[in-house]
Amino acid sequence: MKKNSLKILKKYFCFICLLSALCILGFNFASAKIITVCSDCEIKTIKEALALSLDGDVIVIKEGYYKENNLLVDKSIKITGENKVVIDLEFVNQGFVIKKENVTVSNLEIRNINVNYIQDLSAIRVEYTRGCTIENNKIYNSFFAVYLAESKDCIIRNNIIKGDAKSESSSGNGIHLWNCSNILIEKNETSGHRDGIYLEFLKNSKLNGNYSHNNLRYGMHFMFSDSNAYTKNVFRENGAGVAVMYTKYTEMRENRFEDNWGPASYGILMKDISNSIIMRNTFYKNTTAVYLEGSDMLQITANNFIENGWAMKILGNSLNNTIISNNFEGNTFDVSSNSTRNENVYQWNYWDKYEGYDMNKDDIGDVSYRPVSLYSMLIEKIPESIILLRSLITDILDVTEKVLPVFIPETLVDNSPRMIKYKYD
Amino acid sequence: MIKKIFKYVVFELIRSRIVWAYAVFLLLSTLGLFYLGQNSSKTVISILNIILFIIPLVSIIFGTIHLYNSKEFIEFLLTQPVDRKTVYWSEYFGLACVFSFVFTICTGIPVLIFNFSFTSIYLITSGIILTFVFISLAFLSSVINNDKVKGIGLSIILWLYFAIIFDGLIMSVFYLFRDYPLEKIIIFLTSLNPVDLSRVMVILQTDVSAMMGFSGATIQNYMGSFTGKVYAFAILILWILIPSYISYKIFSRKNF
Amino acid sequence: MIEIKNLNKYYGKFHVLKNLDLNLEKGEIVALMGPNGSGKTTLMKSILGLVIPDKGEIKVNQISVKNNSSYRKIIGYMPQIANYPENLKVSELFKLIRDIRGGDDSPDKELIADFRIEEIYNKNFGQLSGGYKQRVTAAIAFMHKPSLLILDEPTSSLDPLSSEIMKSKILKEKKESNLIFVSSHIASEVELIADRIIYMLEGKIILNTLIKNIKNGATEFKLGKALKDLIDMKIKEKND
Ligand SMILES: Nc1ncnc2c1ncn2[C@@H]1O[C@H](COP(=O)(O)OP(=O)(O)OP(=O)(O)O)[C@@H](O)[C@H]1O
Ligand SMILES: [Mg+2]
Repeated sequence: MKKNSLKILKKYFCFICLLSALCILGFNFASAKIITVCSDCEIKTIKEALALSLDGDVIVIKEGYYKENNLLVDKSIKITGENKVVIDLEFVNQGFVIKKENVTVSNLEIRNINVNYIQDLSAIRVEYTRGCTIENNKIYNSFFAVYLAESKDCIIRNNIIKGDAKSESSSGNGIHLWNCSNILIEKNETSGHRDGIYLEFLKNSKLNGNYSHNNLRYGMHFMFSDSNAYTKNVFRENGAGVAVMYTKYTEMRENRFEDNWGPASYGILMKDISNSIIMRNTFYKNTTAVYLEGSDMLQITANNFIENGWAMKILGNSLNNTIISNNFEGNTFDVSSNSTRNENVYQWNYWDKYEGYDMNKDDIGDVSYRPVSLYSMLIEKIPESIILLRSLITDILDVTEKVLPVFIPETLVDNSPRMIKYKYD
Repeated sequence: MIKKIFKYVVFELIRSRIVWAYAVFLLLSTLGLFYLGQNSSKTVISILNIILFIIPLVSIIFGTIHLYNSKEFIEFLLTQPVDRKTVYWSEYFGLACVFSFVFTICTGIPVLIFNFSFTSIYLITSGIILTFVFISLAFLSSVINNDKVKGIGLSIILWLYFAIIFDGLIMSVFYLFRDYPLEKIIIFLTSLNPVDLSRVMVILQTDVSAMMGFSGATIQNYMGSFTGKVYAFAILILWILIPSYISYKIFSRKNF
Repeated sequence: MIEIKNLNKYYGKFHVLKNLDLNLEKGEIVALMGPNGSGKTTLMKSILGLVIPDKGEIKVNQISVKNNSSYRKIIGYMPQIANYPENLKVSELFKLIRDIRGGDDSPDKELIADFRIEEIYNKNFGQLSGGYKQRVTAAIAFMHKPSLLILDEPTSSLDPLSSEIMKSKILKEKKESNLIFVSSHIASEVELIADRIIYMLEGKIILNTLIKNIKNGATEFKLGKALKDLIDMKIKEKND
């Protein structure tokens, strides 16, 4: 009896809640208005419009050139531009600062955000809130472009973010997220920043189809960001490639890591990454395609490694990773390691340098393949010996080691190398 | 007078089967590499291997053999009113020019056609320089050995030394002194081997240089700069001049 | 025409020519004799500049041969062993010399005819028989009407008939303005052609005299015998 009445009470309470929520929403709908901003309009500046607006309003900015800055958004509103709306900050302060939930900023072009070493000045900054949408904007020449801190449930989509970074110390990131969760970052293009995409303490988020290129340091850089998925992104020609650290449960699928070519460039550098999936990605022309340091339990499967300097550098402290069904083609070195022990599994990979045979025609080579060459180990021990690259002595060294294996870890071997490339389509 | 004798040397070389074999080999391997490799900038790197190993080998071995075969001709010339300087330098330039010419036609031109780039120009320049260097060494080894077998033996040893043994020694040095900063020493060490120096100079031109990492960056900073290039070029020229001049000095005091 | 002062030559430690002094005047045929290995060829090559002396001075027509090549313009040389590029045709060889020497002289017509060089004109030098090689060498030596002829055993591998042709050719070239310096092991030959005889032993000239002085007016004369006596005497003198 008592139990039953409690149930009814609960239901009743829920109903009341729903009703009042509907009331509030309805009230808002009823009073929502459109505020238009333009040089000939009644309201000539965005700042005025912001001051006048109430929750649920829409600010439509007409085509024009606006020299404004420090635009505080503390109401749940939509701000959108019509045609070409340019907001020039003229290197003073920052752009939009969003401190209220459910704010949309779209179709704007924001320019010229000042470099500031104390504050991370940004074009659009979102703080301590949820439900924001930042869409179809162009952000040129900013210090930080889109900056989210302690926020949830946001969408950052279709933005073009182009910086003019000259040096790492005087430049900020394109998309910068700190302590956020459940964010969708999709189809953005970031370039010319320090890091194209920077994520720290990001959880349960998705990054799809972004294109991050020509950034000074990293195309993408994340730390302490568990349980995110990265799909079909392209990272190209970034100073140091992509670097990810201290993270678990990551999935990276069908991304492309290309042309990250320089003395300290990586397709992807992974430090302390564990329990993650790296699948069907393409690594093309990177100095080092995949670098693993202290990373465990990774499934590196069905990736293409094409024409990299090193396809994989795996430090001795990376354990229990499985490297399966990848294609290695035209890499100078396939795998290199600084350790004489191996705790990772290599199987069913296609190695273009494999010279074995397949008598029983099952497309799996009958003799095993050792992807580490002695010369590549020597380079790990004595980096200067890279100066001997493409000299005859290195070939002699490798052939000798093949005939009389002494130095290379016995277990670092692919016992079932593929005869033909693995195709997953 | 140099011109006249030079003409005869060239004339005789052109009739030599080895020169034609060399030409055919270079042409076939160059075209073959371009045909097989889809990526022409990578092929240029494979051609670098030909240049670094085949050119020195053929230049020094065939150069030495040719000099022993020309012993009579040289001796005969010296009974005529021709001085030793003329005889020597016509022989030298005859050989070096024919070999460089063969290389330029059979490897240089195809490389430029398939891949016109700075790297290719470096490649061809180093090929020509290495031809001259190893012809110089061929003269040295044949001039200090009256015995043909000993002379050819010495040439083979010289080739092995510059192509392989020297790099083995470098490796040992690296290993022994691995705890010390080695970048400066590397530049010094590569200067001691024209093959290494050419290799490094060409590689620094290609994107493979990025693989040299931080120690490579230091080398790149030095060798890739204008002064570095001038330095490398000067060293290579010294590698041509010193052996050829020493052997000239020996030649001019030699008894026939 | 040739002045040699204090000439010394070592091959390694081996002292081949020992303090040699020699003056040869034009208008003579001088025969150089001596046992095998006594240094005849070395001496001739020193004059030609093929061998570089360790000490001493050689002058040809008052010009030091050291670091000089133009003095060889007047020299015709016939080596003991014919060494020419193997795969050069005889005709090309002649052409080469003409090219180097300049001028339009052709090889000695007489010798070409007498030695039948036309027959082998288009053969490679390497394919010739020893005798024919020597014939070609002779034709080359006489080619430019040299005023100094240095002939190192010119008849050594010729057949008797060719040998006769060679000897008469040498005699024909004997002029006031010419010096012919010829080495030989054949005493009868020397007796027939030479005015002067120089005998070398272990790198030293132990005899330098006109043949007519040895002959001493005797009619029936065997040079070989006379020479042997003379040399035995010299050696004895030295040993005493
Ligand atoms: N290139 C050389 N190297 C070393 N020793 C040599 C060389 N040429 C000649 N000799 C030596 O010098 C000595 C003199 O040699 P040379 O040829 O002058 O003798 P020759 O008087 O001409 O003898 P032959 O009558 O046999 O022609 C010989 O003992 C010979 O072995
Ligand atoms: Mg002799």
